[in-house]
Amino acid sequence: MNSEEARQDRERGLAFVVKSQLLSVEDVSRALTRMAHEIIERNLSVEKLIIVGLQRGGVAIAERLAKQLAHIAGVPVRFETLDVSFYRDDIGSNPLKTSSRTTLSGNLAGSTVVLVDDVLFTGRTIRAALQALSDWGRPDAVQLAVLVDRGHRELPIRPDFVGKNLPTSLSESVRASLEGVWLGVKPQ
Amino acid sequence: MSIRGSNLLTLGGLSREALLEILDTAESFVEVNQRTVKKVPALKGRVVASLFFEESTRTRLSFETAAKRLGADVVSLAVASSSVKKGESLRDTIATIDALGLDAVVLRHRSSGAAEQVSRYVPHVRVINAGDGMHQHPTQGLLDAFTVRQVLAARRGLSGSETGSSLFEGLRVLIVGDIRHSRVARSDIAAYATLGAQVRVAAPGTLLPSDISNWPVEVVDNFDEALEWADVVGLLRLQQERGTGAFVPSLEEFTFTYGLTQERAARLRPETLITHPGPMNRGVEVDSAVADLPSALISQQVSNGVPIRMAVLYLTVAAPKENS
Repeated sequence: MNSEEARQDRERGLAFVVKSQLLSVEDVSRALTRMAHEIIERNLSVEKLIIVGLQRGGVAIAERLAKQLAHIAGVPVRFETLDVSFYRDDIGSNPLKTSSRTTLSGNLAGSTVVLVDDVLFTGRTIRAALQALSDWGRPDAVQLAVLVDRGHRELPIRPDFVGKNLPTSLSESVRASLEGVWLGVKPQ
Repeated sequence: MSIRGSNLLTLGGLSREALLEILDTAESFVEVNQRTVKKVPALKGRVVASLFFEESTRTRLSFETAAKRLGADVVSLAVASSSVKKGESLRDTIATIDALGLDAVVLRHRSSGAAEQVSRYVPHVRVINAGDGMHQHPTQGLLDAFTVRQVLAARRGLSGSETGSSLFEGLRVLIVGDIRHSRVARSDIAAYATLGAQVRVAAPGTLLPSDISNWPVEVVDNFDEALEWADVVGLLRLQQERGTGAFVPSLEEFTFTYGLTQERAARLRPETLITHPGPMNRGVEVDSAVADLPSALISQQVSNGVPIRMAVLYLTVAAPKENS
């Protein structure tokens, strides 16, 4: 791993020592299929959906969800990415996050946005995402899908669709991707 | 060494990684500038002072626009109608403005080294050099490299950040004109050379700096042949306010030997890019028709001014001081 990747991993809190694997690649796949069905169950008009992956961990998961939704519903489902670095509330106190691509464009009025992230933790990324979304207009509804909810919320934010509820301690960290979910300890 | 949390006084000494971080961050800001709401709250509540002791249109406008689009408040000093005209020193002017509570100063000054000096007066404030005498104009160097990378990457169907520094490897850049008086040349050369380009310069001997042998450039003897060699031709403004007129026999003579005339432009390969930092002396360093060719990136350079300056303000001001 080169130093840039290592730095980005550190920023994302992902550099850690693995303690145990909690979900396999198949488990993740099954969880996402179930979440896709739940999203369709909640949203009768699939064509209004915009699946928005949060940079960087949420993007691959959102893309997979959008494909599954399109497959199940038989209609194309819009997939976009959103980077919330410039909206974070820790700017000036924590190291800056490296910004990534945002593809979201146009006006969101009349749409239902499903924000997708890998791990839901303090809720601050989602707060930043909600603030960012308002710059693209007023969607009819915003929902939240996460592969893992690890608890420790610092804001009144609750996911609508969850792959796996995972009670953790603050000394632990979680890595979640399409390849699986791991529990680890943060390096000191 | 990133510019995060530091001043930006010069591009000299910045690493390739530090330059790429700025270019990649600017790419995110290009997207922000295409939105209906062209504003993010990254510098909300911060105060950026814009101090231009020398005339400027695009640099000043784009710095102030950049600061506002990051949510900062901009304090702008109109030097012509300020106490500077009563003889107030730079140090006292800075102290007065600093008393208003500043996070950053964007400084343009006719003296080389002015930005560095100000950074010592107000060590708690981030200082961004917007051009100091004949020394450096860092954001111009950055936006020139950014624009070139953007255009070359787009030809390959890629975004600039996807290409990293690869498109600069061996890129042949020819900088032409008043190298001696040009802070843009110094910043451009630092940026291109650090990113991996081969840089050559073409100028009459009187417009070459005396220490050119220490620069990471080659001086070309035959300007016309060098035009065929170049992938990028970086033109410079003939700076009459810095006395360039005394260094060339006449403007016509300069145009005849080193101007990018239509005949010379015909020697360029079709894919060769032309840059100019503006304001242009049409008919002197560049023929008016050549300046309007599609390969001339002058208007892209201007549009990239805002995202590059947003990236610089964001990285220097929004980041907490590193290594402290």
